[in-house]
Amino acid sequence: MARDTPAGDLRLANLTKTFGAFTAVDSLNLTIPQGSFFALLGASGCGKTTTLRMVAGLERPTSGQVLLGDRDIARLRPHKRPVNTVFQSYALFPHLDIFENVAFGPRRRGIRAVDEQVRQMLSLVQLDGYGRRRPAQLSGGQQQRVALARALINQPQVLLLDEPLGALDLKLRRQMQIELKRIQTEVGITFVHVTHDQEEAMTMADTVAVMNAGRIEQLGPPAEIYEFPATAFVANFLGQSNLIAGDVFGRSGSDLLVTAHGARFSVPAGRSRTDHGPVFVGVRPEKLHLADTAVQVPAGRQHLEGTVTDASYVGVSTQYLLRTGWGSELSVFVANSGAQQRFAVGDRAVAYWDPRHAFLLGRRADEEDRTIPVLDEPIGASS
Amino acid sequence: MSALAHAPTGSGQPASPPPAARSGRHRLLPYLLLLPGAAWLFLFFVVPLVQLAAASLYDPSGSLSTGYTLTWAVGNYPTALQAYWPQFGRSFLFAGIALVLALLMGYPLAYAIAQKAGRWKNLLLVCVIAPMFTSFLVRTLAWKTILSDNGWLVGLLRDVHLLGPDGRLLATPIAVVLGLTYNFLPFLVLPLYASLERLDHRLLEAASDLYASPLRTFRRVTLPLSMPGLIAGTLLFFIPATGDYINAELLGTPNEYMIGNVIDSAFLVRLDYPQGAALSFLLMSAILAVVFGYLRRAGTEEVL
Ligand SMILES: Nc1ncnc2c1ncn2[C@@H]1O[C@H](COP(=O)(O)OP(=O)(O)OP(=O)(O)O)[C@@H](O)[C@H]1O
Ligand SMILES: [Mg+2]
Repeated sequence: MARDTPAGDLRLANLTKTFGAFTAVDSLNLTIPQGSFFALLGASGCGKTTTLRMVAGLERPTSGQVLLGDRDIARLRPHKRPVNTVFQSYALFPHLDIFENVAFGPRRRGIRAVDEQVRQMLSLVQLDGYGRRRPAQLSGGQQQRVALARALINQPQVLLLDEPLGALDLKLRRQMQIELKRIQTEVGITFVHVTHDQEEAMTMADTVAVMNAGRIEQLGPPAEIYEFPATAFVANFLGQSNLIAGDVFGRSGSDLLVTAHGARFSVPAGRSRTDHGPVFVGVRPEKLHLADTAVQVPAGRQHLEGTVTDASYVGVSTQYLLRTGWGSELSVFVANSGAQQRFAVGDRAVAYWDPRHAFLLGRRADEEDRTIPVLDEPIGASS
Repeated sequence: MSALAHAPTGSGQPASPPPAARSGRHRLLPYLLLLPGAAWLFLFFVVPLVQLAAASLYDPSGSLSTGYTLTWAVGNYPTALQAYWPQFGRSFLFAGIALVLALLMGYPLAYAIAQKAGRWKNLLLVCVIAPMFTSFLVRTLAWKTILSDNGWLVGLLRDVHLLGPDGRLLATPIAVVLGLTYNFLPFLVLPLYASLERLDHRLLEAASDLYASPLRTFRRVTLPLSMPGLIAGTLLFFIPATGDYINAELLGTPNEYMIGNVIDSAFLVRLDYPQGAALSFLLMSAILAVVFGYLRRAGTEEVL
């Protein structure tokens, strides 16, 4: 169909959707380069599905544009858009068998000989031989893979994936992630992938956007977002962070100086989102190290003392909670490499870090420390 | 309480007792529940049916006063068919045309109520059912007024020259077909509505996402998914419409009589029981043949 028109970047310009008085998507501006793998990450209800639906044409934007290349497709009917969706609810046709479900798109575009293509697609999603079954006769994960095959077979310019792997077990999900990534690089389709699973987003995507309450909080390559989050929300949504409330009181060379709870810290200006006023000093739990006493802390590191209040052994690492003098509990992940000393609950310990691993975020004056005392969940687990 | 009890298992399915625990009474229960209905059917359907079958094979020369004898007079059937085939044909023709008209009106109506009516849904459904609160006879008599020669409808049609200056609607085939269409429409709309109501809107979105135009979406998704309701509705419409005699009686003339009128008069006016019974059986088998042929073609496992 519209495949012959020149493809291009997918651009959302001031895209807004309101339901009554509620703003589900709030003047979104986004450019997704052609052929890139874009992950949209965000808490439940933040407007991810609504955004995808506007790109697919299933929801009419209240205002704003959806541009593909330089063509505004916001008013185009869904069947005219070179866009396909893997629906969060699968939406397989119950009256058609698996084969016909997958063949639905090609047939509507007037392609006669679909057998070979459908067979390839089914084997790609590891459902060879399931062609004659009805959707109701498949498990949730199998249905999800059919939904994937049904959209992928069309090789659209843009493929929208609304949590396409949510119902799969870990092993199958890994396999499908690799498959998806492979297809995406081979065929050069633009993927817009919505997921709750931050690990999935980070491993697969070229660009990750973290969405919150209808807006994009931060956008960039996964490592960049993870290493240097822009807001407290992002810092704790993508992985977790220890955010210590403090105030900037000066500058020394290329470092900003911060007081927090009577202690002094420095953070490189290049890793700061602000250079004055109330701030959060942020350090990822895995960037913290533990020592017995302050004497053992290597030179050039900054440290905090505290008492171990929890130690959870999770295989690859041990996750500690360290209660500071002012009562906040810091998360510290220590890799179980065998070289590290083990701490027990009740032990005194010193957490230290390289200032180049810390980051500085703006803070509202009334905000307290933000450390997440959830230690039983490994980083990157889907919520 | 029960929700709490089920909560730990996480599934709503009550655990079924192990087979060994089932007593004989448990196995009998379904049959006991079946009993009243079965007895009713036997007394008031099977027995009269056998009686009717017997009557259709009585000696045709008998009468109510002289009494009938069962002589296995199979000839009653060809004789009846020969005498009344036009009424037979008319029954199927009128019912068929009425069905087409009802489908043209009923499908969009059912679709609109099920998918588009929003909060008006219940009100509209009541509107569909409300006429059934009055008797069939009264409703048909009302149509007599609507279609009458000095009614507004005929006046209007004459004014726009759709009818000649002394053209009429009442006592024409049109009136009978309109009556049939009107009277049995709810039987078509309600099952259709039930089917369309269950239609998942997201499937239509998926179809449009997969390059199906609205028309194609209807043809490939909506229509097949509403098939059970469509089949049930057409049968509920067609079967009674074919056997109907009130509409032809009140809105038509003997020229419009359908097979129902003939059977009616055979039993109640001419007192020719063998012929009435033979016609009844012919009608029944004709309808069964049509229905089976139809189901075969429409062929969905949900119905058969
Ligand atoms: N048709 C609608 N009418 C009113 N509100 C809606 C409608 N559709 C979505 N919303 C609201 O818009 C918000 C965003 O919904 P959306 O489905 O985009 O969330 P999401 O980010 O996809 O969430 P999830 O991760 O749970 O799928 C939600 O608060 C939801 O309640
Ligand atoms: Mg969603």
